Amino acid sequence: MDTAALRVSLSLAIATVVVLLPLGIWLGHVLAVRSFRGKPIAEALVAIPLILPPTVLGYYLLTTFGARSPLGQAFEGLFGQPLAFSFAGLLVASVIVNIPFVVQPIQRAFQAVPDQLRDAAACCGLTPWQRFRRIELPLAWPGVVTAAILVFAHTLGEFGVVLMVGGAIPGETRTLSIAIYDRVQAFDDGAAGLMSAMLLLIAIVVLGLTAWLGRPLEQRRG
Amino acid sequence: MAQLRVVGVLLVALSLVGCGRGAEVVRVAAASDLQFALTEVADQFVTDTGDRVDLVFGSSGTLTRQIQDGAPFSMFFSADEAFVERLVQGGHTRGESALYAIGRIVLFAPPGSPMVPADGLDGLAGLIEAKGVSRFAVANPEHAPYGRAAEQALRSRGIWDVLQPSLVLGENVSQAAQFAAGGDTVGGIIAYSLVLAPAMRDRGTHALIPADAHAPLRQRMVLLKDAGPVAERFYAYVQAAAARTTLANYGFARPE
Repeated sequence: MDTAALRVSLSLAIATVVVLLPLGIWLGHVLAVRSFRGKPIAEALVAIPLILPPTVLGYYLLTTFGARSPLGQAFEGLFGQPLAFSFAGLLVASVIVNIPFVVQPIQRAFQAVPDQLRDAAACCGLTPWQRFRRIELPLAWPGVVTAAILVFAHTLGEFGVVLMVGGAIPGETRTLSIAIYDRVQAFDDGAAGLMSAMLLLIAIVVLGLTAWLGRPLEQRRG
Repeated sequence: MAQLRVVGVLLVALSLVGCGRGAEVVRVAAASDLQFALTEVADQFVTDTGDRVDLVFGSSGTLTRQIQDGAPFSMFFSADEAFVERLVQGGHTRGESALYAIGRIVLFAPPGSPMVPADGLDGLAGLIEAKGVSRFAVANPEHAPYGRAAEQALRSRGIWDVLQPSLVLGENVSQAAQFAAGGDTVGGIIAYSLVLAPAMRDRGTHALIPADAHAPLRQRMVLLKDAGPVAERFYAYVQAAAARTTLANYGFARPE
């Protein structure tokens, strides 16, 4: 069992959720309640990572942020290490890959809040922020939780992008799914099997959590 | 409030990422044929010196590309000196480079395979003619030196082209070995160093392919730009007697 790989995977998944959740709530809300010109384009952009092969994204990240590119050199000048083949680089890749997984469930959840409710709240004198904080967000909460869990689980399983921009560096970019790939090549079926079982277990727990947390708050208390 | 607590827990978990970084970490990029041999050498080194070495295996071509793109390795063991030369010219290395071994390739067959490695490439050619080859594993010749050596050997016997539809390409020679031993292929051409490893020993039979059937696999190592004192010690350690013995046990010929 590669505990360093488990730590990298969990850290990456948690960090991706922490970075994406505020963005997802904001963007999901905007896409759900506002209508503006170019909205279909914005929605299409959000969905692109869903259909883009991970290797394509990996290729662009590598050519954009690799040590030989101007952006990569600028980043290295600022932070002393290149973005590609670092935990930060994986996080950037992971955030981009997961945008649709966070935005879409949250957008659906906000869309499900009836307009009359928003209007009634406005009539009662609630400011837009109060309406959002006290009415819309609590009603959309199951969607937010679903989004967070989806992103967490999807990040744990991400392989293609990590393979291309990660470099399998122990404790830094070697995630659990990469470690499984490495162990199989080293004829170490024992470790590969153990880590696979670990990921399977996490997947089952995550699905259970989604079912439980996805229910509206009052049902869960009862 | 509940949300705040969750965020707090997340942040604590996150801070764990930063832990465990103190002493110099020597990250070594190594060709996949060294999967077992270099692991043993590194374990000896760690026992002898108390320093830490992290090994990352891949095809020499893939690792070269990663080093050019800024991967934080201190040292590179290539299965082919051309890749080291490329890194030297690109200014990614420091100091001299050293030949540490000459690699060999073998014909390998898993139990129950119709292929008999002892019959050599002639036997394989006969089997191809008899339509007895379903799948045959080699490493990808485009970026794996052992794959290129396999291609040269097959070409020298004139069976590379007829074998094309049956070829399964491993991303590196370790994966090719996994394909060759898995039982879904009749076998393959893989590194001698891999079949001599304890993990591979009972997985099939093998026979050396004559060294003159392909360009020699002159394996070269080099320190990279960020190498520190521990990397320098490891570089010297690999050339000392104990490591040479280990490499010889894995079938590597000693370079002159």
